[in-house]
Amino acid sequence: MKISVQKGDFDLGAEVKAISGNPKIGAVASFVGLVRDVEMTLEHYPGMTERAIVKIVDEAKGRWQVMDCTVIHRHGALKPNDRIVLVAVASGHRGDAFAACEFIMDYLKTQAPFWKKEQTAEGTRWVEAKAVDDKAAERWK
Amino acid sequence: MKVSVLYFASVREKLGTDREEIDLPAEVSTITALRSHLRGRGGAWADALAESRLLRTALNQDMAPPAAAIKPGDEIAFFPPVTGG
Repeated sequence: MKISVQKGDFDLGAEVKAISGNPKIGAVASFVGLVRDVEMTLEHYPGMTERAIVKIVDEAKGRWQVMDCTVIHRHGALKPNDRIVLVAVASGHRGDAFAACEFIMDYLKTQAPFWKKEQTAEGTRWVEAKAVDDKAAERWK
Repeated sequence: MKVSVLYFASVREKLGTDREEIDLPAEVSTITALRSHLRGRGGAWADALAESRLLRTALNQDMAPPAAAIKPGDEIAFFPPVTGG
């Protein structure tokens, strides 16, 4: 399992390959989140952020067969179309891989301490948390 | 009772500080009491930590409810609802 909160970019192909070695793995589901059309800065809580992601992944492991998993979340300054987040889950079969990947993403959005600040022509603003993200996380309860 | 208090995102900006070590009076024994104690400083503190603001709190780097008890050496954090992913 690899969990990284980092400034730099990541390589989807290399990360998927890194968790695909075990011959019992039959499926890897991956999700990449991108910045839309705005510049932003992502702040996090060093220590707690990594801890929160570990807890989310542990919860996923209790629900589905997760044979390996990588979560990378970037922080710092990001530009439109930059990759922000990667969740990749390796499992025996696709059902578990898809479900665990979506679950981890939904929980990341509501439980992991990250905050986006957008820079627009009108100035900067902190992104507000969305009720739709809470709903997405709620449905796994 | 000495504790560390951390502030993030919009709370950090409003307060102009990201962390401090505070020696609290004995009666300040929960996160709610700490928030109220800090509001007592007035100005930006009363605004950023106003009861009407929806804030999340963490205790020793785990999400914690406002009623959570605090003890010497604890790390408490105040921040807005998270917006990562």
